Amino acid sequence: MSCEFSSTTVHGYFDGELDAARSVEFERHLEQCSECQATLEGIESLRRTFQRSNLYEPASDALRERVMKNVGLSSIGSARPAPYTRPWFFAAAAILLTVAAFATAFLVSRRQRNSYRITAEVIDAHVRSLQPGHLTDVQSTDQHTVKPWFDGKLDFIPPVADYSKDGFPLVGGRLDVIDGHDVAALVYSRRKHLISVFVWPERQQGEGLGRGGARQGYNWRSWQSGDMRFCAVSDAAAADLDQLKALISP
Amino acid sequence: MLPHLDSAANLARWLLRNRADSEDVVQEAMLRAYKFFATFHGGDARAWLLQIVRNSCYTWLEKNRPSELATEFDEEMHKPQTATPETLATQADERRRLMVALESLPARAREVVVLRELEDCSYKEIGEITGMPIGTVMSTLARARERLRRTLTSSAAKEAS
Repeated sequence: MSCEFSSTTVHGYFDGELDAARSVEFERHLEQCSECQATLEGIESLRRTFQRSNLYEPASDALRERVMKNVGLSSIGSARPAPYTRPWFFAAAAILLTVAAFATAFLVSRRQRNSYRITAEVIDAHVRSLQPGHLTDVQSTDQHTVKPWFDGKLDFIPPVADYSKDGFPLVGGRLDVIDGHDVAALVYSRRKHLISVFVWPERQQGEGLGRGGARQGYNWRSWQSGDMRFCAVSDAAAADLDQLKALISP
Repeated sequence: MLPHLDSAANLARWLLRNRADSEDVVQEAMLRAYKFFATFHGGDARAWLLQIVRNSCYTWLEKNRPSELATEFDEEMHKPQTATPETLATQADERRRLMVALESLPARAREVVVLRELEDCSYKEIGEITGMPIGTVMSTLARARERLRRTLTSSAAKEAS
């Protein structure tokens, strides 16, 4: 069977660049098209290779220094303290550094695992919501309808506002479960993309979540405001999520 | 603008395939960005800066290594292979192989891959930075990924035999 989609569509799908309707359409096609399945597998494998290889090359300290000097900013912390010469100082410093490195590695890896698990859950919840009939439990563009709807269903009231005039109209809200807890999910649309904003009371500092990233072609942003934790997920551009974040928590 | 210095350095490093040259170009591009900051009318600051960096890289390539810009994709079609790069590669060589494969891509394909896979840009942002229409971004990315996958599988198979 020859494939009715162009060979690039699967890339658009993988990168989360298809609109919701087309994405669903393609998913249906994918179930039957071994050609697209093989291509998708190849792209996924390549992405994992990129992630493992870590080819990102950030600016070196030397470059940063040069640029700062050039644009007339004084570099922070460039004044070096007098060098320490006593040997015991080096020994103590070495031990401290080793201990600190191990502790950090342990904490970071635990944090990353946590963050990985929660972001995977959040993205899954968003993807699930895109299936027909799962998007919203209360469908309304009126914040005064959506907000009271949560009353009594959760042990907190999420902040709900409509940002139509800024290009993020409110679509509705629903209940979801993240990390074993009930959370509120607000749905906004951005051009043809849908954005889920999950809200729950912050239980521990940072919730083990990073500030944002991309996974499976979805972008996500997480932040804290007041005593609430927000996590926005969408196939919309990361810049759009940042804009929405600025609207919700100015 | 300094928050995006890492992005600028990374893009230039992969476009010029050389750290020393790329640092000179980035420094110059950052100066230009500061000078032209008045022309920035809000929006995506990273895309705006990367656009300047990218143009500086191309100007530099035109002057110093014009032959590199002449390389385009060959149109030859290859039989699709079923092996994924992962099944053949061992972790130790993987990174080096990916680096070689990425650097062997034509500049215009390489930048799209770097922006997508390393910089996590959307197609729209890539279009903004490179001046390509979104459709071209998608087709370039598709071909570049296919090429990378082929290079990775064949180089891994060669080393294994």
